[in-house]
Amino acid sequence: MSTTLLLVQGLNGLQLGILLFLIAAGLTLVFGVMDFINLAHGVQYMVGAYFAAFFAAQTGSFWAALLLALPAALLFGLLLEFLVFRHLYDRDHLAQVLATFGVILVLNQGVKLVFGAAPLQVPMPDVLTGGIRVMEGLLYPVYRLAIIGGGLATAGLLWWLVERTKVGMLVRAGATNAPMVAALGVDIRRLFMIVFGFGAMLAGFAGVLAAPILSVEPGMGDNLLILAFVVIVIGGIGSIRGAFLAALLVGLVETLGRSMMPDLMRLFLSASEARQVGAALSSMLIYIAMAAILAFRPAGLFPVRAS
Amino acid sequence: MFSRIRAELPALLLLGALAVAPFAGFGEGYLLTLMARAMILAMAAVALSLLVGGAGLVSMGHAAMMGFGAYAVVILDDARIVEAHVVLPAAILAAAGFALATGAVAVRTSGVHFIMITLAFGQMAYFTATSLAGYGGDDGYTLYARTQVAGGRLLEDRLAFHYVCLGSLAATWLFCRMLLASRFGRVLRAVKGNPMRAQALGFSPYPYRLTAYVIAGAIGGAAGFLFANAAEFVAPAYISWQRSGELLFMVILGGLSGLHGALLGALGFVLLEEWLSHQWEHWRIIFGVLLILAVLWMPGGLSGLPAQIARITRRG
Repeated sequence: MSTTLLLVQGLNGLQLGILLFLIAAGLTLVFGVMDFINLAHGVQYMVGAYFAAFFAAQTGSFWAALLLALPAALLFGLLLEFLVFRHLYDRDHLAQVLATFGVILVLNQGVKLVFGAAPLQVPMPDVLTGGIRVMEGLLYPVYRLAIIGGGLATAGLLWWLVERTKVGMLVRAGATNAPMVAALGVDIRRLFMIVFGFGAMLAGFAGVLAAPILSVEPGMGDNLLILAFVVIVIGGIGSIRGAFLAALLVGLVETLGRSMMPDLMRLFLSASEARQVGAALSSMLIYIAMAAILAFRPAGLFPVRAS
Repeated sequence: MFSRIRAELPALLLLGALAVAPFAGFGEGYLLTLMARAMILAMAAVALSLLVGGAGLVSMGHAAMMGFGAYAVVILDDARIVEAHVVLPAAILAAAGFALATGAVAVRTSGVHFIMITLAFGQMAYFTATSLAGYGGDDGYTLYARTQVAGGRLLEDRLAFHYVCLGSLAATWLFCRMLLASRFGRVLRAVKGNPMRAQALGFSPYPYRLTAYVIAGAIGGAAGFLFANAAEFVAPAYISWQRSGELLFMVILGGLSGLHGALLGALGFVLLEEWLSHQWEHWRIIFGVLLILAVLWMPGGLSGLPAQIARITRRG
């Protein structure tokens, strides 16, 4: 494998990692603060992408779509919280898993009903089309670099919010010991609504960012949701820092594994066998990594919860 | 003795109804196919109910166990090995082996961690299946023929297959029932109720939970063997995490008060799915809403419904 290809795959992995982080950030905080397992977080990402497609078609502008889709994703998240999720906080994880699974069924089919089953396209903003010469003979799409940049900026903003503001302090305290925070007179339900809405918006933001390079289709959030779970488990539930590092790790391992594993296998096996075994192995790679990390650190790399 | 039989009455009635169904106006090919599907899923659901209700292990990767069983059939079919006395043990061992390997990590955790880890391992199995290009990859694999029993084509006969499924389901139910009533089952429930106390009593939770996980996996593998034979086709979609979610829904729809809940839930699920899918193209919306409503308002499931109604009418 050439250095060029390695660099391209590395950047692709970074970009996947950034998207994963945007989804996992909300998920890990919702988990951390309310001990609430939300399978429907992946559809928030899908809903964000559909909002982007809808507003882009209406206004003809990516930027207008971005500006409109974010508050729309926020409102949609709060609506779901009001309709379904808030009735589940006092229930066990099993009930939460099932009810949010029901939300996935409804929304995946719902977008099919409203927008049809065919994938939608969102035009890339003009400023960000084309490629940048990253090194000799390598043109990398500007838009993908913009995703990485935008995601990193959002991660920075999130770090500032969580580490440096009063609300962030409460969120961190809530993730460590929610009953204690409630006992100190903080309205934990309202705090959770803020966290929840914000998390929904972040996932929606990831959906908007991904919309121009991926096809917008029903069920697009499902696989990313599982990866986001892996991220959270590796990073430690409730930890933003853990989610960030784990997201990059998962993004890189997933992308690099897929491109390198078949080549690696060719050292031991014949070409056709190598392709098959390599593909199978690369799809297992992050789960094996997760199992290995959990075997040594059952609570993840950066555990937050007070034991 | 009498009260013990009464507690098992719902399950016995359901199994009895399935036994006479082919001769009570439900003997059409299409209905037999539907019932076979329901019974096979019920087998997996009963095993899952053993995990969830008995051990408090909420697995979101149970479909992968069925998948391992089904893919064992596929791989042996591709090698032209179709004898049941080889294929069935292979299917069960494959699923049990996967359960042992992943359970060794997963069972160390509990609660949300366990849910997410089983989900992740289930997805791992799914993606592995999609990458098996030699066995159809994403598109799935059509079996050359159903598995043979002692050289004969017993499973090809619809009616015989119906009773093979019913017998497997009844055996699964009886086995899990006895397991829950045994000392092993009591330790499991003690660990579920209060791990600390069970530990103080001298029971290490880990081997008990892992054993339960492997047993549930093995039963899932047997169900997967039957599922592959019922459809004569296997695709990665059988292993998807949505299928795991559906299995969990069956268990909860039926109720966790006993194993008969899983039987009731699986039958109810398959019937509801079948009926709704003929009503509206976008039936999954209704299905999802019903799922949410069932979780929110019917905590005892279908089997807890009579008691729930009685409670409400008494209050009113």
